[in-house]
Amino acid sequence: MAEIQSDGGGGHGKKKGGSKQKKVSVHVDFTPMVDMNMLLITFFMLCTSLSKPQTMELSMPSNDKNVTKEQQAEVKASKAITLLLDEKNKIYYYSGIADYKNYNSLKDLAYDAKAQNSIRSLLLMRNQEAVSQINVLKKQKLDLKITQDTFEARRSRIKNGKETPVVIIKATDGANYKNLIDALDEMQICNIGKYVIDSITAGDKFLIKNKETKGAYALGK
Amino acid sequence: MSKVKVARKSTRIDMTAMSDVTVLLLTFFMLTSTFVKKEPVQVTTPGSVSEIKIPDTNIIQILIDPSGKVFMSLDKQADMLNVLQSMGEDYGIAFTPEEYAKFKLLPTFGVPIKDMKAFLELKTEKQDEILKDYGIPTDSVDNQFKVWIKNARKANPDLRIAIKADSETPYKVIKSVMTSLQDLRENRYNLITALKQSSN
Repeated sequence: MAEIQSDGGGGHGKKKGGSKQKKVSVHVDFTPMVDMNMLLITFFMLCTSLSKPQTMELSMPSNDKNVTKEQQAEVKASKAITLLLDEKNKIYYYSGIADYKNYNSLKDLAYDAKAQNSIRSLLLMRNQEAVSQINVLKKQKLDLKITQDTFEARRSRIKNGKETPVVIIKATDGANYKNLIDALDEMQICNIGKYVIDSITAGDKFLIKNKETKGAYALGK
Repeated sequence: MSKVKVARKSTRIDMTAMSDVTVLLLTFFMLTSTFVKKEPVQVTTPGSVSEIKIPDTNIIQILIDPSGKVFMSLDKQADMLNVLQSMGEDYGIAFTPEEYAKFKLLPTFGVPIKDMKAFLELKTEKQDEILKDYGIPTDSVDNQFKVWIKNARKANPDLRIAIKADSETPYKVIKSVMTSLQDLRENRYNLITALKQSSN
């Protein structure tokens, strides 16, 4: 087994007609082949990545100074939620317009979805209507009542509806990239269609400081 | 005395089936995987629930390490060439054809333009070794990063920008990169993340 048996003749390839043809076993030893393949597999496993990385698409507002007042989207104060990402994985939020006098207007949040005051619970609550509509839509899609395209179109219409909240994400210099991604991730999970990354203002920094010191910072000034 | 006769059995195993399996596995790996690009710094991307895959071609990847150093990579060699050419024009540096050829093959680049000539002189191993100590300057005084992006866009208008940063990268660096991009009216880009299972 597993080898080619040659006829042992003195190097003559062909035999003359009439002589008895020996049966040649055609078994080939595949062990070296397996060895080589295993080596190649090992090479491919080590040197390549199987999964392509995920990506998150992001559109930033243009910081063109020539944008006119009409082009600027005005946000209703009742619909706005401002998230402040601070260092040491802290996150705060205030709704609408900041109240600089009352440090309690800035509220603590948590990244962890299981925590009681998580971003998710806040956003899901604020975005209840859209979320429930989208859940209905998802169910329809699962039951194959609507196509993927209609699903996408309707979802984006619900997400960008008039009554959905607008989230403004502001990060301090101490925050890290993960915080930003986590916050953006929550937007996706909670079906928030309108969110923007803005730069932090002195007022926001003041609010955080004030919150940390429970109002002493404002008094000390 | 009677001897128990042990039947002689051949110890050879038919490897054909095994070979079939390995070839199959090999084919699978060759078709599904992509080669890992050599990156000067190890970066752990944060997880997200986003399931959009990054496109294969026309990507300019901006790599930001935890200490805030910025590196870049382009997927097409032709683009690399054009970018270096226009960079040379902008900064008044004339590169030799050998330097162009060497630059074209770099997986990732990220040295200040004034050190580029000296960097290209070095051997590949040496380049890998010292690249991680460099990084493209992004500060407002000498924002070479902006010029790189501008020239890359000029070289290939279909480029998509992908930012790959470490979880621990301070937001300050990300912000300066994003502001540079905004200044160039590059308002759409991709953030590269790893997959995280969504909990709902």
